Amino acid sequence: MAAPVLAVSQLHKRYGGQEALAGVDLTVEAGQLVGLLGPNGAGKSTLTKIACGLVRPSGGTGEVLGQPAGSPGARAALGYLAELFRFPGWLSASELLRFHQRLVGSEGGEAERRQLLELVELGDAADKRVEAMSKGMQQRLGIAQALVGSPRLLLLDEPTSALDPVGRRIVRELLEELRRRGVSVLLNSHLLSEVELICDHVAIIARGRLVKAGTPQELAGPTAVVVETGSGVKTFEGARREDAPEIVAELVRGGERVYGVEVRHSSLEDVYLEAVGGETG
Amino acid sequence: MNAGALRSAATVVALSIQEGVRRRVFLAVLVLTLAFLGLYALGAHFAFRDVDEFAAGEPKILDPHAFTGATIFGLAMFATLFLGAVLAVFLTLGVVRGDAESGLLQPIVVRPIGRTTMLLARFAGAALLSAAYVVVVYLAAYAITEATGNWGPDHLLGPALGLALAVAIIAALSLLASTVLSVTAQGIVVFMVFGAGLTAGLLAQIGHAINSDSLHTIGRVASWALPFEGLYAAGLHALISGTSGLTGVALQLGPFGGSEAAGPGLILWAFAYLFGVLALAALVFSRRDL
Repeated sequence: MAAPVLAVSQLHKRYGGQEALAGVDLTVEAGQLVGLLGPNGAGKSTLTKIACGLVRPSGGTGEVLGQPAGSPGARAALGYLAELFRFPGWLSASELLRFHQRLVGSEGGEAERRQLLELVELGDAADKRVEAMSKGMQQRLGIAQALVGSPRLLLLDEPTSALDPVGRRIVRELLEELRRRGVSVLLNSHLLSEVELICDHVAIIARGRLVKAGTPQELAGPTAVVVETGSGVKTFEGARREDAPEIVAELVRGGERVYGVEVRHSSLEDVYLEAVGGETG
Repeated sequence: MNAGALRSAATVVALSIQEGVRRRVFLAVLVLTLAFLGLYALGAHFAFRDVDEFAAGEPKILDPHAFTGATIFGLAMFATLFLGAVLAVFLTLGVVRGDAESGLLQPIVVRPIGRTTMLLARFAGAALLSAAYVVVVYLAAYAITEATGNWGPDHLLGPALGLALAVAIIAALSLLASTVLSVTAQGIVVFMVFGAGLTAGLLAQIGHAINSDSLHTIGRVASWALPFEGLYAAGLHALISGTSGLTGVALQLGPFGGSEAAGPGLILWAFAYLFGVLALAALVFSRRDL
């Protein structure tokens, strides 16, 4: 069986007396798009930074394609966009990508640069200087920069924080395209609806611990079956979709007239709020 | 270091040089340099003219022409070192902590280049620019001195290379400071170290003039602790090392006359010191969370 693209095990990180990560386990498989959720200060960025070698863990292990996180081999396999980033303002978009091509040893040349800029819809801004770009354009350029050299793993820390709705949609479509190409993505985001829409797997971190993980469907499980009967609305808490026919049959056998059935799901937001206990950073 | 790492390092060196040239401080240093060289040319012209008139017909106990040439060229060396130090510090300002705080460093460091190579490449960019700068200014000052007074130093290239190594050491110290200090603190600390080194050198010079062993020892220790000062003093010495008689003695006692020759020990120590500072900077940087 192939090694996961990213695997962290019992990851700990202490900053002085503060524990940022307290034993987190997480894997990202090939072609998987994993959303990492949590309040500010929960440890999401720290986890991402350990994965790309910017931060050294206090304990536990992190591996990228079987190689220790932060090692040259691991760094060669990933692309990263930090939440807070800055590029030299005097470089044009194309020059910035060429600089990163040289750093990763990519031989994609002009064709790769053009393709990446078109992918983030900056095709006509190749010669535009970074300092002349809006924050949203810079963020999309940052994603293109992270994709230089066709990395197997993409680590994105709040990549849509400065984007308007159109920009967010561009990034969403880009991430779906990357999934089709088999690129694995770890996406840190506060935008629950976005994560729910595009991620295959969601991990929720609070106070440095993994408090919930699963597919969006698993997490946003059914909470109740609500039946409208002749004698009023009856709610069956904890019942699943599969339970609905039996519930209806039982009511009918009991002489109730059934007018409607609704299976209620909790949204990812409900799950998130429950998991983090209303905590905010 | 493999070919890939070398290519990456060359890319970062090129970016550092491009970035350095684009910084406003580089333009400011260029303007100040032109102003300095213009002023120097004017000063040298009048100094040589006046001293030749003043000394005409006087008994030649001291060669006033050589004395004037060596003194003003020593002054030019001091100004060159100062401007080179300013450039070296500003080219390395915020290279680690400052750039990490602004988010400029992370996209580069996560690449396979590695932190040590990146740091050394940044150093190489700053050191190359600063060293090239001091050599050019030094040679320009020499050309002016030669043209205005028909006087040249006893050794021309040695002091130039000494100045180049001195500013490389200042760039390395500044880089080390940037791994732990904020931008402002880095600038203040490095300029204070620079000032302390020059002050210690002057103390050694005074110690030599008044024959004080204690002051002389303090100066020597400072020269080894901060070898950019030792290299500068040795450069001053090399300017007049072939000047004999009272003129040579008088020059050695003056503020722009070095009393100490460099010797192979100082050169070796300067290189060892440079590598040591860079190794320490790389170690601190490698352990730093970004």
